[in-house]
Amino acid sequence: MELAAESVSVRFGGLVANDDISLSIASGEVLGLIGPNGAGKTTLVNILSGFQRPHSGAIRLAGTDMTHRKPGAFARAGIVRSFQAVRLFRRLTVSENIEVGLVGRGLSRGEARRQAFAMLSEFDLGHRAAQPASALSYGEERRVGLVRALALEPRFLLLDEPAAGLAAMEAEELKRAILSIRDNRGCGVLVIEHNMALVMSLCDRIHVLGGGKTIAAGRPEEIRRNPAVRTAYLGSTAA
Amino acid sequence: MIGQAIQVLVDAVSVGGLYSLTALGIGLIFGVMRLINFAHAQLITIAGYALLVLLTPSAVLAVLGAVVAAVLLALLVERTAFRPLRGADPATLLIASFAVSFFIEKVTIMLVGSRPKGVDFLPALAGQVEIAGVRLQLLQLVTIVVSVVLLVTTTWFLKSTRLGLEMRAAAENFRMAEVLGIRANRVIATAFAISGLLAAAVACLFVAQTGLVQPRMGLQLVIIAFVGTVIGGLGSLPGAAIGGFLVGVATILLQALLPPDLRVFREAFLFVAVTVVLLFRPQGLIPARGLRERV
Repeated sequence: MELAAESVSVRFGGLVANDDISLSIASGEVLGLIGPNGAGKTTLVNILSGFQRPHSGAIRLAGTDMTHRKPGAFARAGIVRSFQAVRLFRRLTVSENIEVGLVGRGLSRGEARRQAFAMLSEFDLGHRAAQPASALSYGEERRVGLVRALALEPRFLLLDEPAAGLAAMEAEELKRAILSIRDNRGCGVLVIEHNMALVMSLCDRIHVLGGGKTIAAGRPEEIRRNPAVRTAYLGSTAA
Repeated sequence: MIGQAIQVLVDAVSVGGLYSLTALGIGLIFGVMRLINFAHAQLITIAGYALLVLLTPSAVLAVLGAVVAAVLLALLVERTAFRPLRGADPATLLIASFAVSFFIEKVTIMLVGSRPKGVDFLPALAGQVEIAGVRLQLLQLVTIVVSVVLLVTTTWFLKSTRLGLEMRAAAENFRMAEVLGIRANRVIATAFAISGLLAAAVACLFVAQTGLVQPRMGLQLVIIAFVGTVIGGLGSLPGAAIGGFLVGVATILLQALLPPDLRVFREAFLFVAVTVVLLFRPQGLIPARGLRERV
């Protein structure tokens, strides 16, 4: 299965945020989306998840046109996104945060509670289940946000800067979690990220944006060597 | 002396319970919709008139009728007036809620007149009981018990059921709850139905206490209870219940403790106290996080 953006363009007044961008994510792969600030990465994720409509171009899920559907329809079709700022329900417990997604899929409260605990345990968060979400560390919040996205049984997971603000060890835990999602659940994962060490070691392919356009696309080692990417984004130290 | 103090305390707790239930009804709707629903007053009023109409056949039927009338009106108002305005500016919602409130009040006056009508609802509760040497009015004790039962049941519903979880999530961040698959129409309609149920309970207790129904009976309760939700922290459900309770208790304590010639200014003292609380805690006693963290 494939989630694809086809020749997508978006303008905000005179500013072209996405200019004729095409990319695709396949099930079971991690695609990195990188580029300097203002390159149009979050706009593209907004379009791929139905939060924004393109002025031209199309979004297709396994060939089906999703372009004009609402975010809820994208979520029901299995396209789930996270936000740059983690938005847990801080008055709810950690378990309840996951249960919200599960009951939204139609599970009973008891079944949701059991499944939430199993999912939290899978990501070493079982001991936090009964605690309020406001008591979590930043890294734990990020992982709970990831588990909550998984509660929706995504086929494609779009993560907007999941490692922002994480310490090196927490970023490593996050990487293991994302790889486990890819390998054990067969999800296609798109990751917007500025942590280049993480992107290079995590992603199967990388798509680079600059000024709203595609600069390059390819495997991590190809991107690392690409002169246009080094000039626009990576700089000479990344080689 | 101690007996008198206990009587005042019981009175304060029973009135506090009444305001707490009213404030919780208002707080629930504000929580999920960011709507200050002044039409909650008319839910109480219509439940009062349902009691009046159905009391002759049976008191049980009257209570059931009051609940059905308030819940149906709540759902009708949600469907016809507030659903089309969903997502509108809070000021628009506030004005719409005033409009709905005035509209129903005037229709009520047109249909039943503006004069109060006597209702002899549950006269057996007017009797007194003696507990540990203190004579207490049975109705006050019933009011306290009903308030506690409803507050505990509502808390259980919100804490332990699927709809309750959805409602708490929606109250904190409505858009994120929708993204997670929560159905907005169902959650909001349930919140309105519960607010109708709470309004009916308040109407039953209030009518039993005063023995009267009149078209503006709900408004006087809602205005004070609304102050309670503000003190408790708009958008916070525990805050609404606690704020409503504190305002009710304060009203009775002021009535008991103020010198007789100052008692007519009871509300003025109450609102000075409210202003002082808000000066130190502008977000209320238990601020709602959701208000600052909307998507």
